[in-house]
Amino acid sequence: MSASADPNRNRAVDWALMAYIVLAYAFVFAPIAASFVFSFNSDRFPSIPLGHFTLDWYRAVATDPLVWEGARNTLFVGVIVGVVSTALGFGAAYTDYRYNFFGKQVYLALALLPPTIPVIILGLAMLAYLSRVGLSGNALSVIISHVVVCAPFAMAIIRLRLSQMDPALEPAAWNLGASEWKAMRHVIVPFTMPAILGALFITMAVSFDEFAVAWFVSGLNETLPVKVLGFLQGQVSPRINAIGTFVFVLSMTLVILAQLLLSGRSATPADKE
Amino acid sequence: MQRDTLVSFEGVVKRFGSFVAVQKLDFEIRKGEFLAIMGSSGCGKTTTLRMLAGLEAPSKGVIRLSGKPINDLPTWSRDTPMVWQSLALFPFLNVRENVEFALKMRGVGKAERRRRAEQWLERMQISEFADRNIAQLSGGQRQRVALARSLVVEPEILLLDEPLSALDAALKVRMQSVLKNLQRETGITFVYVTHSQSEAFSMADRVVIMSRGKIEQIGTPQEIYRTPRTRFVADFLGSSNLFSGKVRAAGGGLALDTPAGELRLAPDAGQTVGDTATMTVLDTKTHLSVTVPAGAVNVVPVRVIGEEFVGATATLYLETSQGQEIRVQKGHDEFADLPIGMGQNLYAWWNPEDAHLVAES
Repeated sequence: MSASADPNRNRAVDWALMAYIVLAYAFVFAPIAASFVFSFNSDRFPSIPLGHFTLDWYRAVATDPLVWEGARNTLFVGVIVGVVSTALGFGAAYTDYRYNFFGKQVYLALALLPPTIPVIILGLAMLAYLSRVGLSGNALSVIISHVVVCAPFAMAIIRLRLSQMDPALEPAAWNLGASEWKAMRHVIVPFTMPAILGALFITMAVSFDEFAVAWFVSGLNETLPVKVLGFLQGQVSPRINAIGTFVFVLSMTLVILAQLLLSGRSATPADKE
Repeated sequence: MQRDTLVSFEGVVKRFGSFVAVQKLDFEIRKGEFLAIMGSSGCGKTTTLRMLAGLEAPSKGVIRLSGKPINDLPTWSRDTPMVWQSLALFPFLNVRENVEFALKMRGVGKAERRRRAEQWLERMQISEFADRNIAQLSGGQRQRVALARSLVVEPEILLLDEPLSALDAALKVRMQSVLKNLQRETGITFVYVTHSQSEAFSMADRVVIMSRGKIEQIGTPQEIYRTPRTRFVADFLGSSNLFSGKVRAAGGGLALDTPAGELRLAPDAGQTVGDTATMTVLDTKTHLSVTVPAGAVNVVPVRVIGEEFVGATATLYLETSQGQEIRVQKGHDEFADLPIGMGQNLYAWWNPEDAHLVAES
């Protein structure tokens, strides 16, 4: 083993902490793993011992036009929500970075508020409001509601990146002949690009998974999570596990991509020597 | 206005809320000179530079560049590139792209951009790093990239905001000569803001000393060193001994009645009896001896309280009987025949011609 252990650390505490993390992750991911395993199991009910390996449930899902419709809705909504929320989030984050104005604290608090509202309340309020203005029960209503939920995440991510920027960078661009728009295009956006892409993926993932608000406002254009509930209410079928696994893999891919972008390439500006 | 004036500040004031950063600035920057603006932090030197660059708008007054007022010109329409204290290099661009940036913003074509950037990369001896990321460069290399990035547009004037402050001492000295040579060869006017006397005095043709938003003195390094005009400047440079008192008539001339004793003024001091005045004498013009030297008029009994040897010079710190500190600086061998042990009693003296009076400010 290591000849010279770090004298500032206690081996027993290290092991205990490691065990704690393993247990915590096991607890969190066990249900997902179970769903993953049963999605490949031939038995109709989730029970042990397992039957044999099968792709039947995936086949059943893949041939179900209702699932495809839900997936299409989810994807359509998710992509638009990602783009719109990221654009809004970027605007809000840049405003915070660049300007000082009266009531800025209130502005920030309001911008970050939506995720703190219970989703049931938000969904109900959205339904009431959107139906009043004639926008309920279609894909657009889901998009609007999801943007409300997602934009604050995008703002938080991009704001963090802007806070790592040397405050002299933008004025330096102006000083070298860049107008404000050119500096935005050639300095601010390239610098924040990892965070912009990260925000795009995360907001898409949030929209893919979001159920409660979509359930209230989607009407006939149900997204996949809403469809899944429909399935569950009708019958217990391992098809749920198949869909769940698919959505989980998709969301995790987006989140991992975002993580890579946000941590890997966030080289800090010209580190001081 | 003189013909060789490039920039003039006319009654320029800058307020931030109720704080006055710069109060009524009137001075000129000459074409092709290396001007250093020096002062401690908060003296308004950086604000002055930023107003010239167009990053702050003056609250009052006019700034002219080549005779034309530039107050209302946005910073991107001025040709006043600046080298930043943090250097502010673009971390997502490589060295070449950093240097090309200003040309790209001015709509210069790709081939031309590359050619001109290449010239400056070569001139600053960083061609071999052209395709590297900024993060892969050393501090000195970054300095060169920052200079090339600003100079690539071949401006009439270059602004520098303490660009060397992050470098270690040896590199700092080397970059000083790089900067000085660059300025001499290109003939571009350099305006260099610093808090470091050694940087300002070693590079600049003229130095502006600022304090609390005002100019204390403008002059060549020699002028300022030999004849600081105000008490602040003398204190700030730290190379003079100061004595304050009331002027009175003495022995056919004038003398200053100070706590350290009666000190004679040079005949042309231009003061009248009853004025309060401060006399300064350079530490290199202050002499020491064991006994009162014959014929000396300005003699102050002192006690040795410290010594410092740096390179070829030695500095002795002494204290008068009233507790005022005095410095004397000489070559090593000039102290050789003096007993300079701690607590040793000596006499400090100087010729009235080597002392002069400064304004109380």
